[in-house]
Amino acid sequence: MPAEDLRLAATSPTTATVTDDAASAPDVPARILVLGIGNLLWADEGFGPRALEALAGQYAFPDHVRLLDGGTQGMYLLPFLEEADALLILDAVDFGLPPGKLVVRRDAEVPAFLGAKKMSLHQTGFQEVLATADLLGRLPRRITLIGCQPEELEDYGGGLRASVAARIPEAISAVLSELADWGVQAEPGRSDGAELADPAIRRAAYEDGRPPAETACRLGDDRFFPSAGADDVRG
Amino acid sequence: MGATPNGFNLDNSGRRIVVDPVTRIEGHMRCEVNVDDQGVIRNAVSTGTMWRGLEVILKGRDPRDAWAFTERICGVCTGTHALTSVRAVEDALGITIPDNANSIRNIMQLNLQVHDHVVHFYHLHALDWVNPVNALRADPKATSELQQMVSPSHPMSSPGYFRDVQNRLKKFVESGQLGLFKNGYWDNPAYLLPPEADLMATTHYLEALDLQKEIVKVHTIFGGKNPHPNWLVGGVPCPINVHSTGAVGAINMERLNMVSSIIDLCQTFVRDVYLPDVVAIGGFYKNWLYGGGLSSKACLAYGDIPENPNDFSPEQLHLPRGAIINGNLSEVHDVDPRDPEQVQEFVDHSWYTYGEPGKGLHPWDGVTEPNYELGPNAKGTRTRIEELDEAAKYSWIKAPRWKGHAMEVGPLARYIIGYAKGHEDIKNQVEGLLGTMNLPVDALFSTLGRTAARALEAEYCARLQKHFFDKLVTNIRNGDESTANVDKWEPKSWPRECKGVGMTEAPRGALGHWVKIKDGRIENYQCVVPTTWNGSPRDAAGNIGAFEASLLDTRMERPDEPVEILRTLHSFDPCLACSTHVMAPDGQQLTSVKVR
Repeated sequence: MPAEDLRLAATSPTTATVTDDAASAPDVPARILVLGIGNLLWADEGFGPRALEALAGQYAFPDHVRLLDGGTQGMYLLPFLEEADALLILDAVDFGLPPGKLVVRRDAEVPAFLGAKKMSLHQTGFQEVLATADLLGRLPRRITLIGCQPEELEDYGGGLRASVAARIPEAISAVLSELADWGVQAEPGRSDGAELADPAIRRAAYEDGRPPAETACRLGDDRFFPSAGADDVRG
Repeated sequence: MGATPNGFNLDNSGRRIVVDPVTRIEGHMRCEVNVDDQGVIRNAVSTGTMWRGLEVILKGRDPRDAWAFTERICGVCTGTHALTSVRAVEDALGITIPDNANSIRNIMQLNLQVHDHVVHFYHLHALDWVNPVNALRADPKATSELQQMVSPSHPMSSPGYFRDVQNRLKKFVESGQLGLFKNGYWDNPAYLLPPEADLMATTHYLEALDLQKEIVKVHTIFGGKNPHPNWLVGGVPCPINVHSTGAVGAINMERLNMVSSIIDLCQTFVRDVYLPDVVAIGGFYKNWLYGGGLSSKACLAYGDIPENPNDFSPEQLHLPRGAIINGNLSEVHDVDPRDPEQVQEFVDHSWYTYGEPGKGLHPWDGVTEPNYELGPNAKGTRTRIEELDEAAKYSWIKAPRWKGHAMEVGPLARYIIGYAKGHEDIKNQVEGLLGTMNLPVDALFSTLGRTAARALEAEYCARLQKHFFDKLVTNIRNGDESTANVDKWEPKSWPRECKGVGMTEAPRGALGHWVKIKDGRIENYQCVVPTTWNGSPRDAAGNIGAFEASLLDTRMERPDEPVEILRTLHSFDPCLACSTHVMAPDGQQLTSVKVR
């Protein structure tokens, strides 16, 4: 079982009680943004855009649900946030958990979690976007973060590690259950209107087309900040 | 340590202040300075802590796809990288683009300049000069009077408006979340604005947020989507169809009208808000003329915004091309990025090896062979460096040089080159601004000069957008709806081996992509980005880079609060984020601040 603290309605129907009255309440978000963020050039940092890509390939949504690959953009994302009543973020987040573990966080917890252990430039940028939307009084009323613990980030040009890739179906279930709470019924199919990465850098094309290590050295960053075996030559 | 060949005096005997990344990905840049006992910076060391060789990713890929990869390099320069990439591939394959494609690309590139400059000034740089906490003490009525004096045509200027903003700000600050403003040193004496000017500028910070989201709609219209618009080798991917509803996504009159109104919006904001703010804020800092660095000695621009498609000759470019060296403004050299003797990268102080010292390689022949070793005087460990030894290798950034010279790139470099060449628009703008502020030409060579050049350039680019929009519409009216040339789309029409170069002026400076293609696939791909020029380490001869030079001789009000370092580094609009840790002489961390 991946995570005790998962609150995925798909596997644990009890969470549905939290917003059980969604159908009767008028509080169903009118415009929903599903946003994948992260840099797909840095291995597991690409979790958000990749999970979004998979979601768009398997399901179709009503018109008021927008699927967007936000990449590492900062302020460019502000208008999309402002237009949304509810925001669902897919991102790789360092929770200090075992690789591949999914965590769901909601509303006020989200900005803090995104910045708890900053591992990436895009998170600084995105936290700022949230803060800015807040300053303007235009923060989406509901925010949910579906985060995945990365295994490897220090691999420029690399793809998702197996531990993270294997969690995509579960992440999709989590998205669907959250959207169900927001009154959205997804249909099997495809989201042709989703704003995804160019086909040249979708996951299969990107990962299968990677140049072999012998022709393109992959070790640059490790030599500056090796992840293991730090040798304290000058203390 | 003595004098460098490019004319700076270095002395590393004083207290060392370290500007250091928190983590590998988050921080790509680090600066270290030595300050004397008067708090004046006497030595500066700039280093990139991250290796980003694109050849690692692009080797063996389809060159027609390269733009999509380069668009993901960084979260700021997306469109410019994509444009540079398609230009490099078109150059290699001998592909010409139609007139409409040139106009549309120019509108997109100019639009990005305006957007980036506005966002940079208000959201990444203003808080180095403006104190939003001090704005809470402002009198809204006096602020209103200031606003009407500074920019009579800006309609949002009533006392009630400023009072509302002040209340909103107050609520935000009192909620304890200070959020966006949490990293400031708000009681530092380096902040000189009266509360009313602080309130006016902070208000425009908010107005700019609303503007910037309108500006980028141009990219959605021409690029199909944003934030990652589509690009196409051979032209632009958007069809034009003004005679009927046409294909979905085609450019029609309705969309063109939308572009036109956005262009007007850009022009109005830059004219009525951005430029007047720079003049007003700059007026309070007229005596803070630090930060000129290399700008008075050596500047480089590749030039951009060709009037006609496929013609990059210097007289055809609206943003000037050229090189100034040895401080001689009376001679502007032409720049040829293909010439193996002009642009070269050196690695004597970078963590790479070319096998022999003092060797420079042209980007087409670029080699990326890591060689990580710290000098004998470095402090810390290989994985956690406390102090670099700049006498040895100390950066992952290579040292690009133009004919052996370290160069500054960016808006100030472009404006100095334009001014020196007698570029009419640029000369008029510069002289107008200096006249208004009652400053001599030498005042350009400063941190404020860099900030002012960016504002002038935003104004110029906003105007040029209109020029290319009119050109596009005229061409369409004359019946030309072509946006792409696909004659050489198929790889079988390509030569077996070829190479090309793409150049642009990114908002933060000269950007080049060099590509080699073999058997229809990418053989080598090298980017030399603006921050590589500006953030360059020393070379074998001891020439220091633009960041390093710009920090020298600056007096810090409080050495443990590096407001002045941030001011000057921010004025370059570096595309690297980094964090500042100020270290006491014993290496103990005193404080840290986010540098953006």
